[in-house]
Amino acid sequence: MYEHDVIVVGAGGAGLRAAIAADEEGADVALVTKLHPVRSHTGAAEGGINAALRDGDSWDLHAYDTMKGSDYLADAPAVDTFAKSAPEEVIQIEHWGMPFSREDDGRVSQRPFGGMSFPRTTYAGAETGHHLLHTMYEQAVKRGIEVYDEWYVTNLAVTDHEDPEDRECHGCVAYDIKSGELHGFRANNGVILATGGLGQAFDHTTNAVANTGDGCAMAYRAGAPMEDMEMIQFHPTTLPSTGVLISEGVRGEGGILYNGDEERFMFEYGYANNDGELASRDVVSRAELTEINEGRGIEEEYVDLDMRHLGEDRILDRLENILHLAEDFEGVDGLDEPMPVKPGQHYAMGGVECDENGETCISGLYAAGETACVSLHGANRLGGNALPELLVFGARAGWHAAGKDMKTAEIGTGPSAKSEDGAVEPPVEPGAIDASSEDVVADGAAVEPTAVIENAVENERERVETLLEEDGINHANVRADVQETMTQNVNVFREEESLNDALRDLREARKEYENVAVSDPSRTYNTDLIHTIETRNILDVAEAITLGALAREEFRGAHWRAEHQERKDDEWIKHTMLAWNDGTPELYYKPVNLEGDEEDYEPKERSY
Amino acid sequence: MSTQIEQQETETEQEEQEPDVESPGERRRAEKREREAERQAQRETEEATLDDEETVLLKVFRYDPEVEGKQEPRFDDFRVPFHKGMTVLDALIYARDEYDSSLTFRHSCRQAVCGSDALFVNGSQMLGCKTQLADLESPVRIEPLPHQEVVKDLVVDMEHFYDQMHAVEPYFDADETPEDELEEQRQSRENREKVKMSTRCIWCGACMSSCNIAAGDNEYLGPAAINKAYRFAMDEREGEDRKQERLRIIEQEHGVWRCQTQFSCTEVCPKDIPLTEHIQELKREAVKNNLKFW
Repeated sequence: MYEHDVIVVGAGGAGLRAAIAADEEGADVALVTKLHPVRSHTGAAEGGINAALRDGDSWDLHAYDTMKGSDYLADAPAVDTFAKSAPEEVIQIEHWGMPFSREDDGRVSQRPFGGMSFPRTTYAGAETGHHLLHTMYEQAVKRGIEVYDEWYVTNLAVTDHEDPEDRECHGCVAYDIKSGELHGFRANNGVILATGGLGQAFDHTTNAVANTGDGCAMAYRAGAPMEDMEMIQFHPTTLPSTGVLISEGVRGEGGILYNGDEERFMFEYGYANNDGELASRDVVSRAELTEINEGRGIEEEYVDLDMRHLGEDRILDRLENILHLAEDFEGVDGLDEPMPVKPGQHYAMGGVECDENGETCISGLYAAGETACVSLHGANRLGGNALPELLVFGARAGWHAAGKDMKTAEIGTGPSAKSEDGAVEPPVEPGAIDASSEDVVADGAAVEPTAVIENAVENERERVETLLEEDGINHANVRADVQETMTQNVNVFREEESLNDALRDLREARKEYENVAVSDPSRTYNTDLIHTIETRNILDVAEAITLGALAREEFRGAHWRAEHQERKDDEWIKHTMLAWNDGTPELYYKPVNLEGDEEDYEPKERSY
Repeated sequence: MSTQIEQQETETEQEEQEPDVESPGERRRAEKREREAERQAQRETEEATLDDEETVLLKVFRYDPEVEGKQEPRFDDFRVPFHKGMTVLDALIYARDEYDSSLTFRHSCRQAVCGSDALFVNGSQMLGCKTQLADLESPVRIEPLPHQEVVKDLVVDMEHFYDQMHAVEPYFDADETPEDELEEQRQSRENREKVKMSTRCIWCGACMSSCNIAAGDNEYLGPAAINKAYRFAMDEREGEDRKQERLRIIEQEHGVWRCQTQFSCTEVCPKDIPLTEHIQELKREAVKNNLKFW
């Protein structure tokens, strides 16, 4: 058994920031990650980092934009904390050597991004995430933070008290991918989940193959609810063949979208007469798909994004990476011709419910970054807000877990934050298949930390042995079925019938999953096994997304419903929560907190 | 061709057999079953027509110290259906998901930024995800990166590579940062431009694997690590003392002087970093630096 004060699961931006913060507080911290840190998906972020750094800008303007962008589904304590802390965090990574793009006077450059009232997006070319990830990893190396790379955390070690709010997380179980051995990890102070996105629940996504919602699913099964899972962001500009992201920076710099009739449809068809191409991502995604569905797309699949008029110098200075991506993955020279784009799954606004200190309702269990839902992004994340989020809330989770004295959280978590039961009639009973055998909460009322961890390790050992020894179907078929139904039915446009179809398909996939087995018998670097375990996580998050989408009968932010074409503030300014409850998913709601530091946020009509 | 005609006939039969469907959901699921049957038929067709132009033959290196029958390294053949835009990584994923789930390789982002799928393809180091199959001669021979210990199939042990990266103290270390925590350190556009290419390294290890010197001298820092040193040594925000320290690291016996300017690292770098140039520039810096003391 390994032992550390703080264990951070995942070593992308949020994990690294959390680890550095815990280290600053004097904790013995370890990063446990299924990839090597520099392979993390934070590296794929392109556009930039928002922070109010300049005269004429201020944290409260940034907070206001974020709240407005969220369509009033974000919690004010999260938004205010975020906007206030972002400048300090951004300048700090600048002090750590981050190679930002520069102005003539040597200060960092900022550019406009969608939904921002001020050009407050700092960037490093169109590869901001790559530089941020590497800069942070360098700082972790400098501090000698211990990294267990290519160790896959499969389970949390949590006590089995009936009420999740009484439970305690003592550590986790990790699988050493190279040797095939399972080990317990004891965390004296806390476990921080920073496992990133869940894009692999969809088949057209900008997310890495590793983004399988592991942290979210593990926390869920341990008793921490998932929040606002239906809020999935689709990015309007991804390459049709692969889902590779074309940064919002292209539109920020002045890139133009054209339909198959060479019309600038954002204006021509009135989708966003004020902001055009720089409208929020949900607006642009729907506009593109409407064009395609109404026969004005190109090859019935995509539209064109043109940046030629920006000129070679500006493109090379600020968007060079985009040229490489378009060339390598679509065979298009962006200096010479427009780039094909269509919407693709991009970001999960929802995630593990936690407060502004990163803590979940389970004591000692934290979440940060995309896997978490503080909630900051509400129904729609603004471009450039993900990177500062992982800095701000990664740091706070790290500090808190390491024992720093911090203000008591204002955001409530767990069953006691519940306001009302959710009403939804799914066509099939969700989550029920195979519930008992994989109950991750420790059994036997074990409260002594070592026993809890040993018990969790033993459960995982059994699970792995079974997968390796039995015969069955390949997980890849199940995964493909989930991805297909999610893309077909739980996409940009959603309707009741297709959501029900998706739930039936997911139930079928769950049944099929009962028969999966790993055909590679090797204990050495068994990716078949890893992917099989991941697929179980994908199933849980896919179901939560779909259930949430079915329950939310309104149109808010990224969540569009055919039958409900209006934002229903009276009824729906509340968070959708899904709790595992030992295998019986429970849907309930939690109020949104709109009480800001300066003044309350008053929901306003969304005007385009 | 005959197999294709057979396949069409099968499809027609299936359509006729399809019962009247009620809801769109059921219809969709019926369509899904149909597609699956099609896929199955397609797979059978593919297996039957191994010489068809629309497939690509992969010859993939296999080795697993744990599994009997795989302990002796060998090459397995996989014939995968080809489509325009298909990459080496796409082909490997197809082979794994459709034919042999034990086929092992690293991959994650699929967009040339995570650096995990550097492979030796037709005798050259490249990233699987950004290499178009159409640009390669058939059959496509896929091996793990040379000069690194093979863990299993196409997965190599990266520890030595990481150690060399860490050996150059790869972190920014300015003499002083502004006291005001909201004040950035100024950097000129020119200086940022100078280090820009060096900051693009994704730690894929292709350069190290292509380097003859690194192959013969295990202690040689190698192109990636020296490039990392360059990234900081050339950054004007680090002070003169730190630069001296950095030059001392790269001037050591197994540092820059080992480079014989063969340009193989530069040739294989998937991010187009002028590695050889950076190494030569550090040699010049080191010489200039030494001259000062004469």
